Amino acid sequence: MFGFDKYTNTVLMAYGVAIAMLAILIVLSLMKSNRVKRELDAQEAKSNGKN
Amino acid sequence: MSLWEYANPARFMALSGRILPTLTIASAVLLLSGLIWGFFGTPADYKQGSTVKIIFLHVPTALMAINAWLMMLVASLIWLIRRHHVSALAAKAAAPIGMTMTLIALATGAIWGKPMWGTYWAWDPRLTSFMILLIFYFGYLALWEAVSDKDTAADLTSILCIVGSVFAVLSRYAVNFWSQGLHQGASLSLDKETHVDNAFYFPLLVSMAGMVLLFVTLVLIRTRTEIRTRRLSALRAREV
Repeated sequence: MFGFDKYTNTVLMAYGVAIAMLAILIVLSLMKSNRVKRELDAQEAKSNGKN
Repeated sequence: MSLWEYANPARFMALSGRILPTLTIASAVLLLSGLIWGFFGTPADYKQGSTVKIIFLHVPTALMAINAWLMMLVASLIWLIRRHHVSALAAKAAAPIGMTMTLIALATGAIWGKPMWGTYWAWDPRLTSFMILLIFYFGYLALWEAVSDKDTAADLTSILCIVGSVFAVLSRYAVNFWSQGLHQGASLSLDKETHVDNAFYFPLLVSMAGMVLLFVTLVLIRTRTEIRTRRLSALRAREV
């Protein structure tokens, strides 16, 4: 039932800003998680190789 | 099995790894359903027009902005009393999520406020207490980065968290006991006479449930990252 009225741009801007911020938070969290996991796996392999 | 056994990082990693896939799917489904239902499936308000649809983002993020801080408070108290590292790391992990939720609540509120109140910002009690909460989030994260010894950082940030809780609680209840502001009363209430119309109430509940689950999912992901980072630092330090 979304109808276009004089506030359509306001609503779209609010949704755009909020979804963009949530997307940045999710992407940054996943990127850091993957990077740290990769580094830890490499470090553990290196440490185990030495033992 | 006691809850405290999950303070063991290995047990926490095992349990969180098992529940994360289900939690991720549930949060995505609920949040998308709530937002799509709210955006496309609700009518325009007779006074606010289509701007009423902003509540499906504003209310859930404002709810989580406050509750993220309260979750950090509980985790900080557990750290201070029982010295479980996982709880300190969970508090640290929740802070950027709470800060983002606060930013979204402030931004969507300002965007809604311009056509409805005629201004993006007013020094209203709830808006001001939210702004102070945002500053506390920045300060909390800055303090974690500023102190090199992680246990000392956890101690100091825990104390900051206790102090900031005053503003988290104030943000929640400011609309109830300060009636001179622009901000209207709570959109949801256990008293069925005062909450929003059912046309908005049910999609709002779904959006809120989705936002809660998204918060829990992200906290688990970020806490796992913090635990791995700490283990990585320990392994690297052993080599030096």
